[in-house]
Amino acid sequence: MTVLLDAVGLVRLFGARRAVDGIDLALGAGEALALFGPNGAGKTTLLRILAGLLKPGAGRATIAGAALPADAARARIGLISHRTMLYDALTARENVRFAARLHGIADEPGATQRALETLRVADRADVPVRALSRGLQQRVAIARAIVHAPDVILADEPYTGLDEQGSAALTALLKERRAAGAALVVVTHHLHEGLAVASHAAVMRAGKFARLERTDGLDPARYAAEYRELVS
Amino acid sequence: MMATPPGTFAAAWIIARKDLAIEFRTRSAFMSAALLSLLAIVIFFFTWDATAVTPIDIAPGVMWVTFTFSGLLGLHRSFGVEAQERAMDALLVAPVPREAIFLGKALANLVFVVGVQMVAIPAVALFYNLPIGETWLALAGLMLLASIGLVCIGTLFAGMTANTRMAELLLPVLALPFFVPIVLPAAQATAQLLAGRPLSDAAAWLRILLAFDLVFLYACTLAFPFTLED
Amino acid sequence: MIAAFVRAIFFTPPERLQGYAQKIFYLHVPSAWIAFLAFGLTAFAGAYWLFLKDPRLDRFAESSAEVGVVFTTGVLLTGPLWGKPIWGIWWVWDARLTSTLFLWFLFLGYLVLRSAVEDRDARARYSAVVAMLGALLIPFIHLSVYLFRTQHPMPVVANPTGVQMPMVMVTTLLLSLFAFTLTYIALVRARMAFATERDALLDRATTEA
Repeated sequence: MTVLLDAVGLVRLFGARRAVDGIDLALGAGEALALFGPNGAGKTTLLRILAGLLKPGAGRATIAGAALPADAARARIGLISHRTMLYDALTARENVRFAARLHGIADEPGATQRALETLRVADRADVPVRALSRGLQQRVAIARAIVHAPDVILADEPYTGLDEQGSAALTALLKERRAAGAALVVVTHHLHEGLAVASHAAVMRAGKFARLERTDGLDPARYAAEYRELVS
Repeated sequence: MMATPPGTFAAAWIIARKDLAIEFRTRSAFMSAALLSLLAIVIFFFTWDATAVTPIDIAPGVMWVTFTFSGLLGLHRSFGVEAQERAMDALLVAPVPREAIFLGKALANLVFVVGVQMVAIPAVALFYNLPIGETWLALAGLMLLASIGLVCIGTLFAGMTANTRMAELLLPVLALPFFVPIVLPAAQATAQLLAGRPLSDAAAWLRILLAFDLVFLYACTLAFPFTLED
Repeated sequence: MIAAFVRAIFFTPPERLQGYAQKIFYLHVPSAWIAFLAFGLTAFAGAYWLFLKDPRLDRFAESSAEVGVVFTTGVLLTGPLWGKPIWGIWWVWDARLTSTLFLWFLFLGYLVLRSAVEDRDARARYSAVVAMLGALLIPFIHLSVYLFRTQHPMPVVANPTGVQMPMVMVTTLLLSLFAFTLTYIALVRARMAFATERDALLDRATTEA
């Protein structure tokens, strides 16, 4: 199995504070990590390092073999956040096409249409994003993130603001991406959704992984109880 | 999937088009800036004693003062759209060089500023009865050179001040000192051109304007990645 | 500092044509040199910070700027005090004076920027960039105003002591410069100590939170 995401010894300081304090992580094609942890544990910082938005103080990471934060590594990443990162004056189609162009996709109208259809927003694609509901906006944001068929998808609190239908759709999509061979890191407070989507689960605390394990065989209720113990 | 990320200039062009598409969709910023220029031009006229000073004397000053302030107006929204839903993050993750983001936004701002000037300069010529005639090409060139300088500094500083507390005040405070070596030569050259002097007389002014543009285009493009969180 | 001042007042014979007002020269000129030096050091420290990310460099830049703005204000105030008795005018738009005025604007802009950005890292980044660009700007201002004056003849204010200065005056000037430099260093060090203390307190507050 090809290793798509490989991080060794990641450290990141903000002043004197160790936000990320020695993280090792390796994910192969089709694997997904659900990353839990209290606020301030360093989850978002870790994700931003993996996305090439921040440089680690120590350690290194590669995406599909290319070292971060080079362009070649970032080209293989799809980023989803709790903010949509969309331009609300533009339509869904324009937003996704813009992303497609930035990635240099040869057939950008085709890829755009496919991404919109995968997320089932193709019928509302030519309306300014600001006219769409929060759930639909999130779907457009995800379409934008996957239009270039990224090898690694990084999601920071993607379930925020989604209703049950939206959550179910997101989980289904993430699983489909896993099946297609992508590796995922999903930061979330929603323990159940996270465990359902992922092959591995980790709890981050004070910059380190307090626990890291495979999800098969885990009982969500017991995990939730242990998690509460761990972070209190 | 066939995908080759665009190089710096191609990416800049894509980003510029996106910014211009957004601006075109709403248009309010452009209208406001153009309207402000017109109002300023009219107000200026009434602040001078028209018997003591001829319109052709004050026209260069009016032209370039309004250029400075209307230029500032448009620059703000340049990074506002990126801050709204943190779209900047998506831009930064995309496999495009950081410099391309700066160049793209600067280019979009240039189009904006030039657009406003295409309203303002004819207005000045009209209201102040200027003998533009054959000099209009030289004036256009001057205006383009000045706009390039303004847009380089303005885009960079707009990016820095976008997240600060007093953004609308901070941008002019920081940028205006840098506009002086643009506006001074431009205004002086304009005065000479309107007085009917040949372009060669204004050569020194043009050279300093060109030098400023080259130096600061390079410096600001180079500096932009350093302003980003790392 | 006091020694230089005393010497300037009592031991230097008054310059023939200008009398006691000329003594301001010993405060004014070194102030100006230090002011420009302070900005240069701020820009240099900023540039260095961008590569090393050492917080001490940013604290130095901040301190140098605050001390520098005081010196620049001094230059701008003593200039007219000297100018009015000698030449009868408060201000003249020559290259040197205008550059000093813009130095003042740059310092103030720099400090205002710093006060508007709370995140320490962002503040250091932006400050470094603005300071470096500012250092690039000064020659352009100088040149623009110089060209402006060659096109529009205006009152000329030459350096009254001329190129040949009596040895006594040169010595006093150098002594004054030395004194001002020491003052600059002392003030920057004091200011840096304050900045270090403040940052340490902030660090402790955030880690305890």
